Amino acid sequence: MAFGKVLDDKTSARIQRTVASSISRKGVDKKGTAFQMVLLTTLFITMLILVVLIFDVVQGGWEVLTTRLWGFMRGEIGSGTFPERLGVQQGLYGSFWIAVFVAVFAFPIGIGSAIYLEEYSRKNKFSRFIELNIRNLAGVPSIVYGLLGLFLFVEGIPFLTGPNSNGRSATSAGLTLAVLVLPIVIITAQEALRAVPSGLKEGSYGVGATRWETIRYQSLPYAAPGILTGTLLSMSRAIGEAAPLILVGATTGFLGSNPNILDVGSVRERFTAMPIVITEWTQKTNTVNEDVFIPSAAAAIVVLLVFVLLLNIVAIYLRHYFEKKRES
Amino acid sequence: MSTASTFQDQSKLENSIAIPEMPDRETEPTAAAAPATVAAPAATTPTHAVELSTPQSHSAFEAGTAQLEAETASDEALEQDEVPAKNLVYKVNDLNVYYGDYHALRNVDLEIEANEITAFIGPSGCGKTTLLRCFNRMNDLIPTARIEGMIEYLGVNLYDSQVSAVEVRRRIGMVFQKPNPFPKSIFDNVAYGPRITGLAKRGQALNDIVERSLQKAALFDEVKDRLNNSAMGLSGGQQQRLCIARAIAVNPDVLLMDEPCSALDPVATTRIEDLMNELKQDYTIVIVTHNMQQAARVSDMTAFFSVDVASETDTRTGILVEYGKTEEIFSTPKDTRTEHYVTGRFG
Ligand SMILES: Nc1ncnc2c1ncn2[C@@H]1O[C@H](COP(=O)(O)OP(=O)(O)OP(=O)(O)O)[C@@H](O)[C@H]1O
Ligand SMILES: [Mg+2]
Repeated sequence: MAFGKVLDDKTSARIQRTVASSISRKGVDKKGTAFQMVLLTTLFITMLILVVLIFDVVQGGWEVLTTRLWGFMRGEIGSGTFPERLGVQQGLYGSFWIAVFVAVFAFPIGIGSAIYLEEYSRKNKFSRFIELNIRNLAGVPSIVYGLLGLFLFVEGIPFLTGPNSNGRSATSAGLTLAVLVLPIVIITAQEALRAVPSGLKEGSYGVGATRWETIRYQSLPYAAPGILTGTLLSMSRAIGEAAPLILVGATTGFLGSNPNILDVGSVRERFTAMPIVITEWTQKTNTVNEDVFIPSAAAAIVVLLVFVLLLNIVAIYLRHYFEKKRES
Repeated sequence: MSTASTFQDQSKLENSIAIPEMPDRETEPTAAAAPATVAAPAATTPTHAVELSTPQSHSAFEAGTAQLEAETASDEALEQDEVPAKNLVYKVNDLNVYYGDYHALRNVDLEIEANEITAFIGPSGCGKTTLLRCFNRMNDLIPTARIEGMIEYLGVNLYDSQVSAVEVRRRIGMVFQKPNPFPKSIFDNVAYGPRITGLAKRGQALNDIVERSLQKAALFDEVKDRLNNSAMGLSGGQQQRLCIARAIAVNPDVLLMDEPCSALDPVATTRIEDLMNELKQDYTIVIVTHNMQQAARVSDMTAFFSVDVASETDTRTGILVEYGKTEEIFSTPKDTRTEHYVTGRFG
């Protein structure tokens, strides 16, 4: 074709038509649409299960929560004979202290290990072996951690974990669950650190920063949102665990006095926790007080869900905050 | 001898050797627990390494001079009318670089003089970046990377166990092939180095450094109204110039630039080239470029690298084909491969 020549109208119209038809939509993308439908269905199933679950417990606990919410929050675990005194206060206290132990022990140790593995350790057979084992630990059933906790914290160091309660205390429970979530914290923190672009670190080293400065000013701020999400999700996991707590001696029956929630001395006394309260009450089907315990169990589940939800809201907020900070 | 102009001023060197008091170092307990490279940079500076061999010298600068004078003396003893001894910044001797089993660079011999601009040219994958990253021990960060042979910096073996990579990188700045601004404000990007090295922590002194660095990198006018905005919002070319500003903010002795103009328009490129010519008074510059005209325009020396394909094993290795004065490389190259490459007839 001779370039530079002005095309006559007919030719240019023909070219336009050919181009228009070649880039126009040709029917529907059947495979693509089908795939999208499948994905939508899976999402729908997930949502459906969740909605049914929440509806079920809210309905079951509705009466308790609406008529005597305050009393229920302040009530005690064992008094089935006095339905008006039944409540989750001791369970909430136990779960609160477990969360504190997880935050104090699992987070620093887990994040520290992750930083070491990711930033300092040499990548050799030994470090790969360690990482593999951490991954395996994350998959160990929680009851096994219960056994470990029983052996280490309850029977091993009762003089520390609970001189008056034979080691069966919130301290033992908190330490056990801290150990349980440790691998999860390490793995998520490691993944967050691994996602730090290498260019960022090189830029820092390039102007003469030390490894510590690079980690402190580049890697950690960049990985903070990811590390945070992982740790707080692991916290939710710890709060929902029941099986290990039974082994470290959570009380299922009557529990003496009601201390203040911030009464640190009480963490070495006998204890219970939300999942234990719920398990205990749901087992009271076909007993005399069934109609007291079953609605209360549903109400306790709602309380636990709100507890976890609040935690996740904090996680989302903090994540957002750190992400903003990272961008600015 | 013109060594004095090479290394800026003495105070700068001393400044970076004496550990500047950093509030972070003092307040953060972890710093004390960090490994030796962090805790004791002073004990592991190149200076120290030199002092082992020449105890009377007090700095890398003096040591370099002393060594050079010694060399000159012995040269003069041998041949009276020899050309004056060169003021070497880098002396590369039979260098081989490997990434795991991969032999990336083979038998490189190279000498780089002070106050000169040296250009590395050659096809993609021939090892230009690899060699450049050896010059400030950036390859230490790649676990698989390994070097054999010798790189001397001011007469000090750069890979001596007494040499601290951190101190080396403070003196030898680098602009990376891919722009890598920090996800911080434009100001903080440039201020990062001065803050870390203790050159200036805050206040007017820091503002001045940031402004001057951005000016030199031909970026200041474009960003002066939004210094506190995120650097991630800059265009590719602006990011590249920001990285140049970041590198020169710490006043390095040597500047290693890996394709610093690859994303720049002709105007910005010209300003960067002007900057290089200006910096040349005080610094030594090594630049990797794919732009032949640029190499010819700005550099005093040119090294042409290529990939050597072993015919029987089909393994590829980077080699230094020819190194010499830029005019000679571009007008009368000795090697036909160089000639083909610089005239654009490279396959
Ligand atoms: N981190 C690494 N691990 C393994 N191999 C690498 C690594 N970095 C570079 N190489 C290899 O070493 C060789 C030289 O790479 P280098 O980056 O030095 O090339 P270059 O000359 O800078 O190329 P370009 O002009 O494309 O930037 C290439 O074959 C490359 O694949
Ligand atoms: Mg390169």
